[in-house]
Amino acid sequence: MHKALVAKLLGGAIVMFAFAVFAMPPLYRLACDVLGIGPQQYSAYEEAAAAVDESRTVKVQFMSTNQGAMPWVFEPAQFEVEVHPGERAEVAYYAKNTTSRDMVAQAIPSVVPISAVDYLHKIECFCFERQPLGAGEETDMKLVFFVDPELPKSVGTLTLSYSVFDITDRVASEVSLN
Amino acid sequence: MAHGPAKGVTRWLFTTNHKDIGTLYLWFSFAMFILGGFFAMVIRAELFEPGMQLVRPEFFNQMTTMHGLVMVFGAIMPSFVGLANWMIPMMIGAPDMALPRMNNLSFWILPPAFLMLASTLFMEAGAPNFGWTFYAPLSTTYAPETVNYFIFAVHIMGASSIMGSINIVATVLNMRAPGMTMMKMPLFVWTWLITAFLLIAVMPVLAGAVTMMLMDINFGTAFFEAAGGGDPVLFQHIFWFFGHPEVYIIILPAFGVISEIIPTFSRKPLFGYASMVYATSAIAFLSFIVWAHHMFLVGMPVSGELYFMYATMLIAVPTGVKVFNWVSTMFRGAISYETPMLFAIAFVILFTLGGFTGLMLAIAPSDIQYHDTYFVVAHFHYVMVAGAVFSMSAAVYYWLPKWTGRMYNEAMGKLHFWISFIGFNITFFPQHFLGLGGMPRRYADYALQFADWNMVSSIGAFIYGASQILFLYNVIATIVAGKKVSEPKTWDGANGLEWSLPTPPPYHTFTTPPDASVIEENSTVAH
Ligand code: HEM
Ligand SMILES: [Cu+2]
Repeated sequence: MHKALVAKLLGGAIVMFAFAVFAMPPLYRLACDVLGIGPQQYSAYEEAAAAVDESRTVKVQFMSTNQGAMPWVFEPAQFEVEVHPGERAEVAYYAKNTTSRDMVAQAIPSVVPISAVDYLHKIECFCFERQPLGAGEETDMKLVFFVDPELPKSVGTLTLSYSVFDITDRVASEVSLN
Repeated sequence: MAHGPAKGVTRWLFTTNHKDIGTLYLWFSFAMFILGGFFAMVIRAELFEPGMQLVRPEFFNQMTTMHGLVMVFGAIMPSFVGLANWMIPMMIGAPDMALPRMNNLSFWILPPAFLMLASTLFMEAGAPNFGWTFYAPLSTTYAPETVNYFIFAVHIMGASSIMGSINIVATVLNMRAPGMTMMKMPLFVWTWLITAFLLIAVMPVLAGAVTMMLMDINFGTAFFEAAGGGDPVLFQHIFWFFGHPEVYIIILPAFGVISEIIPTFSRKPLFGYASMVYATSAIAFLSFIVWAHHMFLVGMPVSGELYFMYATMLIAVPTGVKVFNWVSTMFRGAISYETPMLFAIAFVILFTLGGFTGLMLAIAPSDIQYHDTYFVVAHFHYVMVAGAVFSMSAAVYYWLPKWTGRMYNEAMGKLHFWISFIGFNITFFPQHFLGLGGMPRRYADYALQFADWNMVSSIGAFIYGASQILFLYNVIATIVAGKKVSEPKTWDGANGLEWSLPTPPPYHTFTTPPDASVIEENSTVAH
């Protein structure tokens, strides 16, 4: 007499497990996209450039963080630029692998304030790719972006910050898995 | 059917009897309570004075982590499962639990799980040290190797809880004696039924969270790792989607116990029985939609903060209904103050206090100040210790004479109560001040201005800890040498089918369901 009920309850438990593992991560991603939070833009902005609004100037600031024990030197080449909305800007981050081994890094971007997230468009960014650097190597990494003219009037300054992660081991294990 | 228990250890290993399994759960949870309490003593001893005296900071972190894990998953949860096993069949007129063999399994997988968890203390990498909430990446990228034992242990605990809950739901829905309708069930049965549904819904989510950790750590996925495109904040959402219902899993059966005890010693039926059932259901439902009140500081949009703030404050409404009903039950009752009632009254007062601090924490802008301070520690110990643990103490004193046929020592019981009550408040009340003063939680050391209240808190903790030894002594003394009692009702005001049985109850009870008239006479619901 208990079989049907037990089957239902067990089924419920299995559904909840699947919900956690398979549905919650994509739902979270979706919520972040809709709300404009989290590590926001993963690939190049593809839509046509907008007209330049010369009547307005916004300040874009650059920051860098080394995650955990990441030993590289990683810093913006310039700490801020002033741009007109719609105007393309090209800046660079400097990176140097100060160690004696080859490493791979990944930079993860973040923008504040939240209300500006949807209006900073990256056309080219080192953060779209992994950054391999040999022992002692250094490089300037390119970032091309523009600020959308629709940017809310209340926002005068945008801060773009990158955290750089050491993913050498992760890449190595991927290779060995393949 | 009319046979007694088997002899020797095989009785306990192979038993499918709900009373035996209830006893096993209760003793196991008490053992875990002592173990977790020992960890707490280490924590409070280290915090007795500023500076590092007894342990290394790494070990301190292992202690806070293990204390939380052992108390939540080893002490509180199994203790209420034990109570459910003992009481539910006797309260609804059923001969046993619906699935006796699964019942045996769900208990016997627990001790190995905790043995495995505790064994990490002796391993070179040390025990888990990332807090009982095991946030990624502390518990993934930066975790000690022993995290895999932890994960496996959590899987087993989850399986045990899910099996236990399925069993309880099946028992309550399918095994009630004819005439025992849903709205005649004692409130303890109701609260457990709802708790069991909560467990079935969220223990798999916990299992999912640790499974994702396992994948991240060992198989190169990046659910929670930003470097691989994941997000550690996702972990917190998943954890608290489990975690907030979990706190109600802990407290709902306690509500049930209190709702049995207060009417007995007030000699009045429970006030507002139906509203208690609805309030419990409402709390259970709401518990699914408030989880991010633990995450006000992760950088949610303002709309999210507001939503979670108001939704959380909404829970205070059904909770308030319950407190109102308990107080109304006592109002103008012929109250007597035996030990179970003392614990129950203390529960009502102290749990309400914990609810109020919960409301303070629910206010998002204030929580920016309170979050991760000792204020939170004070809050959850008021609801979990003065709530769940006090109600468990009350339950043991209340039903022990029924279970054993022997009366406990009332004077010693009262002494236990008063020492617990005073010790508990000396320990945790000052932690409100510490938290408001800005002392962060989970550190092995603190700034000098926090020295005095920390010392007070530690002294309180030693007092509270010691009083539990008294409790253990009283229980054992009752079992081996307590004064024999045989009247079915230990307490003159008690209602419920369990009190229609002989004292102590035979090994098998209600092998034939009780008459409708017996159910009616012993009903806990106002006639
Ligand atoms: C009116 C009812 C309640 C409200 C409004 C409430 C609210 C809150 C809030 C907002 C927090 C997060 C504080 C922070 O981390 O900054 C919190 C933490 C906590 N609450 Fe409650 N709570 C309530 C009842 C309970 C109950 C009944 C329990 C358990 C029996 C409980 C257990 C906990 C625990 C364990 C934590 C801390 C978790 C951790 O970070 O380790 N609460 N509560
Ligand atoms: Cu919560």
